[in-house]
Amino acid sequence: MREVLYEDVVNAIKNMIIHTATNLPEDALKALKKAKEEEKSPVAKKVLEQILLNAEIAKTEEKPLCQDTGLAVFFVKVGEDVKVVGGTLKDAINEGTQKGYKEGYLRASTCDCFTRENLKDKIGYNLPAVIHFDLVEGDKIEIEYAAKGGGSENVSRATVLAPAQGKEGVIDFVKKVISDAGPNPCPPIIVGIGIGGTFEKAAISSKHALFREVGTENPDPDMREFEKEILYELNKLGIGAMGMGGTQTVLAVHIEKNPCHIASLPVSVNVQCHSSRHTHIVI
Amino acid sequence: MSNVYYMKTPLSEDDVTKLKAGDIVYLTGTIYTARDAAHKRLVDLIERKEELPFPLEGAVIYFVGPTPPKPGEPIGSAGPTTSYRMDKYSPTLIKHGLKGMIGKGKRNEEVKEACKKYKAVYFGATGGAGALLSKTITESVIIAYEELGPEAIRMLKVENFPVTVINDTYGNDLYEEGRKKYEVKE
Repeated sequence: MREVLYEDVVNAIKNMIIHTATNLPEDALKALKKAKEEEKSPVAKKVLEQILLNAEIAKTEEKPLCQDTGLAVFFVKVGEDVKVVGGTLKDAINEGTQKGYKEGYLRASTCDCFTRENLKDKIGYNLPAVIHFDLVEGDKIEIEYAAKGGGSENVSRATVLAPAQGKEGVIDFVKKVISDAGPNPCPPIIVGIGIGGTFEKAAISSKHALFREVGTENPDPDMREFEKEILYELNKLGIGAMGMGGTQTVLAVHIEKNPCHIASLPVSVNVQCHSSRHTHIVI
Repeated sequence: MSNVYYMKTPLSEDDVTKLKAGDIVYLTGTIYTARDAAHKRLVDLIERKEELPFPLEGAVIYFVGPTPPKPGEPIGSAGPTTSYRMDKYSPTLIKHGLKGMIGKGKRNEEVKEACKKYKAVYFGATGGAGALLSKTITESVIIAYEELGPEAIRMLKVENFPVTVINDTYGNDLYEEGRKKYEVKE
């Protein structure tokens, strides 16, 4: 059994959080540059220029890309042959999150659902993190992290279609979600779609789909085609960067498909703004 | 065609009636930050006929909840937040002299109507561009509701803060018009 020190996990998480807040990953940058080249609207092109310049300033001045530094979301694959010593893995992730947000001068955005009171004195600075654990073979801990902002999360939707509605039903639903969202989620966006499983499985899949590197192809040829078809349909909406009208509304569509019950067709759409802050580490 | 303007705050009725949806404006002077909770308090003060923490006449309010500043900096990252949450309160503020709002995302009909009736504009700033926009902010002072944290009211000094007119005093809406122009119908 491989042993990993609790403190090492805390530090790795802390560093990852600070780095992610200020550095837009290569895949997102590349997609945004491509969008700027291809955009037909001069207003939207100017917005895309500002977005790219912002990424440069954030990196060189180590300043958060966006003031909404999000809630910390983790997908963690834990090997069956690795053990964290000195504390639990969950506590280490939460402690690293707290330290990262505090020491990195990031905004504490967690509050009570109803009183809207900021909970940093009661629960901790931007805690609790949203963590999805999965048990896998091996002796490694694989951590995917995203700082998920509120604007894009607020327009995300889930539904359960009738099986007969099929792919057409999925397209109609996704189009409605993105059309209704308009400028609010800070386009150009990345659209994560979870299909199948159960109600919650589709939602979690739609979030996890956002972690796939933009520009990589879906390993399932059928879903690869479906992604292209939906991307084409969404970019016809004309929403454009920051909703000011344009041809480049969606940078990518990522689908995760799961087998489902014979009676159901769950579909979930999770939207990611252009500030697609995500990191992947292996401990 | 969109025009480019350089304007000083507070804004006058003459200033705002010049502007059309799609115009680019660089704002210089004083603007005030306020989000949901602060808006509620401002409207409560108006209803109770009490004095506001800043003069509303000609004022521009920026919907923002910045990150904490690093030592030595006036402000942290400061990009716009989604504006619809302020829709309930904006018409009252516009009626009492507010001339400009800066945010991102759609406004409801009541806000657009108030912009037409009482002559005010809604500006869009680039969402997520918090690092870029913070460079145009030279000073930041909390003037009310410090206990609200990121939602406290701040007085900001800005130099050439870049915004685009979304809703003007004539009922135009850039989100609707821009989209219509690039929408592909088959």
